[in-house]
Amino acid sequence: MPVPFVTRGFQGKPRATGDAARRVPPSQYLTTDFPVLSAGPTPTKNLRLWSFTIEGLVREKTSWSWAEFQKLPAQDFVVDISCVTKWTKLDTHWRGVSVDTLLEHVDLEPRGAFATAYCDGGYTTNIRLPDLVNGQAFVASQYEGAPLEAEHGGPARLVVPHLYFWKSAKWVRGLHITEKETPGFWESLGYHIRGDPWKEERYSGD
Amino acid sequence: MAITSAATHGKRSATAATDERRILDWQIATIAAIHTETPRVRTFTLRLPDWTTHRPGQHYDIRLTAANGYSVQRSYSIASAPEREGEIDLTVERVADGEVSPFLHDVAVVGDQIEVRGPIGGYFVWHSALEGPLLLIAGGSGIVPLMAMIRHRAAATRRPATRLLYSSRTLDDIIYADELRGLAARDDGLEVVHTLTRSQPAGWTGYGRRIDDQMLSDVRRPLGDAPRVFICGPTPLVEGAANGLVRIGVPAERIRTERFGPSGK
Repeated sequence: MPVPFVTRGFQGKPRATGDAARRVPPSQYLTTDFPVLSAGPTPTKNLRLWSFTIEGLVREKTSWSWAEFQKLPAQDFVVDISCVTKWTKLDTHWRGVSVDTLLEHVDLEPRGAFATAYCDGGYTTNIRLPDLVNGQAFVASQYEGAPLEAEHGGPARLVVPHLYFWKSAKWVRGLHITEKETPGFWESLGYHIRGDPWKEERYSGD
Repeated sequence: MAITSAATHGKRSATAATDERRILDWQIATIAAIHTETPRVRTFTLRLPDWTTHRPGQHYDIRLTAANGYSVQRSYSIASAPEREGEIDLTVERVADGEVSPFLHDVAVVGDQIEVRGPIGGYFVWHSALEGPLLLIAGGSGIVPLMAMIRHRAAATRRPATRLLYSSRTLDDIIYADELRGLAARDDGLEVVHTLTRSQPAGWTGYGRRIDDQMLSDVRRPLGDAPRVFICGPTPLVEGAANGLVRIGVPAERIRTERFGPSGK
């Protein structure tokens, strides 16, 4: 076993203990702020033109307008989120539609195993279907009791809290179901294909 | 429409993927020099046993580990040009309530060893083979990845017309002030425009306010309608500048952003 490296003179700040400490994945730090990270300008929303679509390996492509989407049964979610840029935020409150609810409206072809979330502004991210179902992921339109702000992904953002937050695509417009996994935007630029914070799957090869 | 762009991204990724699929191993760098840039900002020159060329705009991760096994990581932009072999410069602002930057500023000395891995990031990057013109907008230590681009440009044979709009609080907070003055004086198509938001010295000829649409419009004009834009700084500055450029007609797809710090809310 190699001797673990120790940085001379480094002790670290006093850490959170107890429950909070157990909920922070390795090498992450706790923040109460909500940093904004996007690769380009924030798209402006026009709800009249907004829709959410599930397509690809489904028997029938299905879309909802903004008004239709608001009528879907929404749920409240309280989740911890971790960004690959190293911050973790606990107990964030969201309201949105579970991906399970959305998938009830389509017939998935058995070959479908992956989804590519696509967005206004051209962003994409790939997610395995098993990471999207069973209450693990939702499309949020409210954050902390208010409509989701544009810089945080409003009008609607995918939230997959158990993966690094780049998977929680801002300005999401749909899911494209595929048989094979197609690396999305960051996944094509050196970031990990899955992005589990508890395994520190930050970069390709981790 | 949205799915078309998704498909385009997918196609582009096929080529990008090949040169990005490199395992990023941790290596032990040695601090070769520490240079004070401003009262709150220092540059750390790291000698790397396993140096690889980077693209201007990329970053390294630093990992600090305590004797009890506790460790933290942070990302820092590379300030130096890829032309410099074997070592990199990381310019780091001291964040008062931070954990890694106070260690680097207050504890680390020349000769110390630090774990790093990189270079990382493939989107907020520019290299001289990309055509210009180039509009760079920085707030505070957001200048760092843009400085790597400016230094790379200075070393390249092709130098697109470039303008840097650089927002600092006071004159003393301008990082790389002398070097930027020197590079602009070469008169090879680089222009540097400063704005000082908190106080301006007597006789100051630059801007003296936060970046606004009028300023963006004035700075962008000589570069035409669709310069290649890189913006880096605190979130409110980046949001403001990126949205402002879109308002004055710069295509959103020409604008690449990198944000840091609190959201300002």
